Order: sequence, then structure tokens, then C-alpha cells
Amino acid sequence: MRLSRRARILLRIGVGVTLAFIYIPLIMIAIYAFTGGTTLEWPPPSLTTHWFSVAVKDHAVRDAFWTSIKVGLAATAIALVLGTCASLAVARHRFFGREAVSFLVVLPIALPGIITGVALSDSFTQVLGISLSLFTVIVGHATFCIVVVYNNVIARLRRMSGSFEEASADLGASTWQTFRYVTFPTMQTALVAGALLAFALSFDEIIVTLFTIGAGQETLPIWIFNNLFRPTQLPIVNVVAVLAVLISIIPIYLAHRLTREEGGAAAARGGGVRAEPVVAEATAMP
Amino acid sequence: MSGKSSGNPARVAWSIVASLVAFMMLFAAGCGSSSNNGGSTAGELKKLGKGEGQVNLVEWPGYVEPQWVKPFEKQTGCKVNNKDAGTSDEMIQLMRTGQYDGVSASGNATARLVDGGDVAPVNVDLVPNYKTIFPDLKNQPYNTFDGVHYGIPHGRGANLLMWNVNDVKPAPKSWSIILDPKEAAKYKGKISVYDDPIYIADAAVYLKAHDPSLGIDNPYELNDKQFSAAVNLLKEQKPNVGEYWSSATKQISSFSNGNDQVAATWQYQYFALKADNQPVAVTPESQGFVPSEGATGWSDTWMISSKAKHPNCMYKWMDWIVSPKVNAQVAEFFGEAPAQSKACNFTSDKNFCDKYHAGVPAFWKRVYYWQTPVADCGNGSSDCKDYNDWVNAWTDIKG
Amino acid sequence: MEAADALASAPKRSVGRRLADLFHGRSRLQVAALLAGPLGWMVIIYLGSLAILLVAAFWGVDPLSGELTKSLTTDNFKTLWNDSVYRDVAWRTIRTAALVTLTDAVLAFPIAFYMAKVASRRTTAVLVVAVLMPLWSFYLVKVYAWDIMLSANGIVNSVLGHIGVNGPGFGITAVWLVESYLWLPFMILPLYAGLERIPNSMISASEDLGAGPFTTFRRVILPLAFPAVVAGSIFTFSLTLGDFITPQLVGGGTQFIGNVIFSNITNNQPLASAFAMVPIAVMIVYLLIARRLGAFEHL
Repeated sequence: MRLSRRARILLRIGVGVTLAFIYIPLIMIAIYAFTGGTTLEWPPPSLTTHWFSVAVKDHAVRDAFWTSIKVGLAATAIALVLGTCASLAVARHRFFGREAVSFLVVLPIALPGIITGVALSDSFTQVLGISLSLFTVIVGHATFCIVVVYNNVIARLRRMSGSFEEASADLGASTWQTFRYVTFPTMQTALVAGALLAFALSFDEIIVTLFTIGAGQETLPIWIFNNLFRPTQLPIVNVVAVLAVLISIIPIYLAHRLTREEGGAAAARGGGVRAEPVVAEATAMP
Repeated sequence: MSGKSSGNPARVAWSIVASLVAFMMLFAAGCGSSSNNGGSTAGELKKLGKGEGQVNLVEWPGYVEPQWVKPFEKQTGCKVNNKDAGTSDEMIQLMRTGQYDGVSASGNATARLVDGGDVAPVNVDLVPNYKTIFPDLKNQPYNTFDGVHYGIPHGRGANLLMWNVNDVKPAPKSWSIILDPKEAAKYKGKISVYDDPIYIADAAVYLKAHDPSLGIDNPYELNDKQFSAAVNLLKEQKPNVGEYWSSATKQISSFSNGNDQVAATWQYQYFALKADNQPVAVTPESQGFVPSEGATGWSDTWMISSKAKHPNCMYKWMDWIVSPKVNAQVAEFFGEAPAQSKACNFTSDKNFCDKYHAGVPAFWKRVYYWQTPVADCGNGSSDCKDYNDWVNAWTDIKG
Repeated sequence: MEAADALASAPKRSVGRRLADLFHGRSRLQVAALLAGPLGWMVIIYLGSLAILLVAAFWGVDPLSGELTKSLTTDNFKTLWNDSVYRDVAWRTIRTAALVTLTDAVLAFPIAFYMAKVASRRTTAVLVVAVLMPLWSFYLVKVYAWDIMLSANGIVNSVLGHIGVNGPGFGITAVWLVESYLWLPFMILPLYAGLERIPNSMISASEDLGAGPFTTFRRVILPLAFPAVVAGSIFTFSLTLGDFITPQLVGGGTQFIGNVIFSNITNNQPLASAFAMVPIAVMIVYLLIARRLGAFEHL
């Protein structure tokens, strides 16, 4: 596209403004992480990595981290299975209520988290009579992670026509063999992208978790919630945030590459760029 | 091929709404079980057994601190899991989940917990240190119901008026600095008050002194006229309020960052700010820490859950927290009057109990402990506002 | 003879194969098997829980014990209607959510367009990572960073002080600012994906027909990207609509729908449930409109 000089400059300014807006608060957090500051001081005290070692050694942080990982993996696994099943049904079959499925799976993310949280909490404790625990947290997380996997997979399935699967059946493959040798390989990268997103969603989730977690347990966001305003703990909180951001570079890049390849192949087929929306299922943090 | 696909979006929405309504009717028909045993209480523990290895507590900030938790864990083998709560509502919400063994409840929570069947009676014979609790804390309407003990007193205190000495001069002696519209306007946006319907009682305490024609006696028992006056006062205060706080630690941070200059607060925040060398002050000891009108306050009680999974550890905790040395530690750390009379021998400041009027019932007449507002005014009439009215009014006040 | 022998000794089909054959060609059976899990989960666990919560809107409550009195009543709706504060809160929340959506759309467009059409492959990859990284720095930490920045002694006040303007402090402006900040990545990504899908040939055609870049933007790119914007808006709108933590931390006493629900959950769950119907109804309508505008293809 030919852009006039003025348009190009304006565009670059727009990009700069947005990036600055996004990163100024993060830079502040990083400064606090490296100075251990709790209130504003100017000039800031000297930089140190002391708090990084404190954070890594802190038992509560480590436990919370592993709890978050466990919950994230379990919720993602459930979401993968359920999301894939739902998208297969919707993309490859016609049935009464088909349109409703897309609508239904997006509800947990679209409705306020406090409503989902309280509803689930009440059901668990009052109707089912079970205690709140990591299990109930996982159920809550899986519920809103389903849509993330569903959207990714169904977008992929829609772009891959059903004719491959028909051909496979014509050649004598059973339903299961068709899935295993034809459908699944094409879905794979969409599954990984969806899984990464679902995991990210679960990892940062606070509101539904607040209502569904049991006594004495903490995911990382819950730990932050409990320690955010404690002056002695605040530096550790900032460090945790900085570490999370840095570590996240890898999965984000991975997801982008995975779906980018698909887009590259499609572009090679000619015509406009029809790249797969990357991690386009914006993840919600109910 | 199966039937035609339903492409109509409105039909989609209606089908979801319809299934929701169907479910709702199912539950309305009584499928859902009630969580509360409404009034029927679990029995009290008859005998103390072995500790279960764990105890889950809900508490006010500053009540469960490592200094006395670690020795407790070592001595009893009960690991303490605790959760800070900022308001009585939060405490009740947590207790209703049945996840916690005990709670340090104030008077605006105790009646509700008892009535809701969320707490069990306490067998005070199993708590040896109960014997030497100050007499004026025993058998009180906020911890004893129908003659049955429901908790072990922890300590008591008054809500404080705190200000930044650099910004607020001269030192205020009255709540009017934040409740009188003209005075409060001077600190517009810099005032911080407690985010809880119970704060309406603070306005009532103020009006009791400044508008005797209203005839307010107990700030928690307000008829229509008295209640409206208190609510209107708070509505006039709202434009000047910068923050309604429910997290004690957040209020500390707000004062440090210069967002707040004068506030209704607790001792916990005051001492934390002083420890950080912040320029804050509260109504001095010479005035009994209480401004001229008096103040609301609290007398807290440790209660045990009716669904407690670790009752033995909970009893051990209750005995521990009111043992003389520990209760002295707690009282000095937080800045409240201890419940344990023998604690006065163990405070590091020998005059602590005197300063805090620990055993002086007359002093506490100016402090109106938090209590649950109920319709029954207690003097024959039952036209007082109940807690639902208070909650609705609070939403109204904040706008 | 040989054929008959061959048939008679045909290999037995395994259990797995038999099961697969059962499903072969039977669309309804496949659908039923596939949907049993997800639909069962969504309907029983999610809709069921929602129903339990919402049915309480028609009940009363004992203010002391919190016990629900299960006799049908419309008192809660009467309270919501009669007291204007609930209308004010609902309208304030919806207004802010719309404003946040608009703000994010404006902020997202330049960078999304740059990534989709102008930047090189490598720059785009860098920008995608740059846009997504903040998502991992935890909601609470980001809001707290803004809390500090907007404080009386904070950086916003000191910078604006240099040009003689007072910072917004805490209040609804702060909430708008912070919410716009938090959900911006959720607008950038679908928009980027949607812009990428616009064939370059269309843009070239528009230029060949004599349109300048701004006209092309207005009459070709914007309409084509609109469904993607709507897709992103689902998140910016719904996340703002339901948030109660940000108003609590930087709102200075401002009440949003989520705050009112939160304050009533313990003492008056029926009222909280009744009020919860407001954001649910708003979002269902919003989703229907969004779907009509084609946003669901861009999620």
C-alpha cells in the first residue's frame, strides 16, 4: 500500500503513542522490582537484584506458582478435549441448535466474572455440598477456557474443507482413522495455540478464582491479591510480575510462529493474505 | 442428513433464556437445598481431643501474626492457615462457605453468624484462660445468646480519627472535621472513611452529640427520622470523600502516597504508618483516643464454625490467643485493650492497660461497639431499621 | 471356491473398528457423542449454576441469618426500580464500557494496521510479542501501578503539573483510563487479524481508482475491518462491564455494577441476583448484535 509521507508519519506516531501507553506502567513496575521501592522516591534508590533472589526463595511464592501451573494444565486439558469436541460437531455437522453452541461457549467469558464466580461457588458449597478446593478452581477455569480452544479449532476446521475427510472415508478409513490421520494433523497447531491461550487465561485469572478456591491455597494471582498492599511484600510482587512477563516471551512467540506458518502457506497459495488470526482469541480475564 | 440448522440469532438467545428459566423453575420448586440450618446449632465440643494438625482462621488484619502463630504451631502441631478480611460482611461470606474453623467476629457479625447457624456454641470449660477474662466482656449481648456462650473475647478498641500532621492543623478534637459539611469541604478528596454500612452508626454517634432533638440513644437502633438524618449527613460527606476503604493495608498505602489526609481508621494502620515514620497522629491518650462525641468501636470474639473440620485445634487456638502472654502481645501489636486481665502483667509497656482502659467499664460507655442493627429496638417498639435497610442506604450514599 | 474361502476367513474386525463403524455415516450419533461432553458441562455446570444464582432474585432473605425465604416475590425488582441509585450505577457502567471500547479501538488501529500491512515479517513478530507480553504481568499489578501513578504525589500529577493542569486523581476518569489500558491487547489482536485478512489487492484497487490513503482508509479498510473491531469490543465491553476490582482500587468510591453486586452478595443475595440480571441482559443483547455484525468469525 502506498502511503503518503504524512500518512506514514502519523501512523508511526500512532504506533509510538500506543506502545508508550502500554509500556510506561510496566517500566514503572520494573523500576520498583529493581529498587525494592514501595513509595515514590525521586531520584530512585540504587538498582539491585536482591528482591529477585528473595522472591525466588519465598515459599509462598513457589507454592502459589506451582499451584497456578497445576490448575492451568488441568483446566487447559479439559478445555482442549471439550473445545475440540464441540468445534468438530459444529464445523462438520448440521443439527438443530448448532448456532447456539458458539453462543453458549462464549458466555462464561462474556458475562461478568463475579457472576460466574458466585454462581459456581454457591453450586459447589450449597447445592452439591462439596468443599472449595483446587478441583473447584479447575472446574471454574475450564469453563471459560473452552471458548478459547473452540474458536481456534473451529477457525482452522472451517478453512479446511470436509472433502479431505470424505476422501479418506472413501478410501476405507474408519471414523477414528480419518480423525487420527487427516483431521488431527491439520488441527494440531490450532490446538497448541488454543492451549497456550487457555493456559495464559487461567494463569492470570483472579475473580472466579477468588470465589472458588479453598482455605489455605493460593494461585499466583491470589497470592498477589493477599500481598499487594503489604509494604514488606510489595517488592516481591513487582518481581513476580516482571519475571512472569519475561518468561512469557517464549510461549507468545511460539504461538505466533505456529499460526504464522499456516498463514505463510496460505499466502503462498496466492491471493490476499489470509493469515490465521494468531493468538487472536483475545483472552479474557474474567 | 439431520434437520435444517437454526440460523436465527434471536431463536438462539431465546433458547438459552428458556433453558435458564426452566432450570430456575426447577430450583424454585425446591430442588435446591438450604445451606443454613437457620437457628439450629451444632452442639458444643464436650471434650478436647488430639489436634488435627491444621486450623483455618478468618481474622482482622493484625490479629494473626507470625510472632504468636509460630510458637502456637510449634507447641500444638496445628498449622495455621489464615485469611485477612476487611469487613464483617467478608467474614460472614467466608464463614458461610464452611471452609474455615474460626473467626474473630465483631458485634455486627456475631448475631448474624449465630442466627445463620454458621457458628457453634463454645464450651468455655475447655478454654482455661477464659476464667480470667475481664468480667465486663463476659455474657455480653454480642457473644452470649439465650444464655449460651458463643465465643471467647479477644480484645476491644475504638475506631480512630487519624490525620496527617503536616496537612491538618490545628489538631482536630472532634469528628466534625470529616462529618461537618463545611469543615470537611476543606479537605475535599482527601478524606477516607470505612466502606461498610456500619459506618452509618458513626454519623449517628455524631448526631447524638450535635443534634439531641433527634433523641438518638443507641447508634445502631435508629428509627426512620434518626436514620434519615444520619444518611443525609453521609450523603453530604460523600463529595468530600476521596476513598472508601475496606483494605487496611491499602489505606496505609494511601496515606503514604499523600492521597488521604484525614480518616476514620484503626490502630493497625496508625501504628504501621508510625513505624514507617509517616507524619500521622490520632486523638491523643489524654482524650482517651476518642474524639469529643465518642466513637464507634468493636469488641471482638473468637467463634468456632459449626462446620469446623479441626475443632480441637480451634479450641487450642482460642485458649492460646487469650493466654496472658499472647494476649498482651496481640494487644500491644494491634493497639487495643486486651480481653485477658492477666495480660496486663506481661505487656512490655507497664502502663499499657491503663492507657487503653483495659479493665475500666466506665470508659467504654463512650465507645459504641459494632452491633447488628435489627428492627426490634429493644424498648418496646420494633420500627428500627434492620441491616438490609442499612445496606441499601449505604449503596445510596455512595451513589 | 477360493472366493468363498477368502470371505469365510476375512479378518475379524477389532472392537475399535466396530465402534468406529457404528459412528460411520451416522451424523446424529457423532454429534451426540461429540456434544455430550461440552454441552453437558456447559449446561449442567454453567447454566445450572447461573440458574441457581438467578432464581434467588425472586426470593427474599432474612437479614439476620442470610437464609433465603423461598417464596416468590418481586420486591427485589421493585427496590432496583424505585431507588434511582441502581439505574445510575448501571448507566454509569455501560457508559464507561462504551467509552473504553471506543478509546481502545482508536488506540489499537494504528498499531494493528502497522503490524498487518506495513511492518516487515520480523517487526510484526516483535510487535505481536510486545503487545501480548503485558497480558502476563497480572491484572492486579497493573492496576496497582496505575494506582501509584495517579496518586497525589504520583507521576501523572507531577508531569501534568508542569503544564499547569491537575491530574485526574481517583474517580471515574481514572477507571476509564485504567480499563482502557488493561483491555487494549484484546482489541489489538482481533483487529490485527482482521486487517491482515483484507486482501492487498483491494487496497491497490482503491488507490488505482484515485483515492488517497485517508479516503481508502475511510471507505475501504474501515468497513472491512469493522467486524474485527466488534469482535475485540466484545472483550473490552464485557470486561469493563463486570469489573469491580479496578473501580474499588482507583475509583475513589465510584460504584460500578460489579461493586453493587459484591456489596450485596452476603447480606442480600436476592438483590444481588436481581441486579446481576442487568449485565447479563446487556451482554446477551450485545452478543446478538455482534454476531449479526459478523464478529463471531473474527473471535
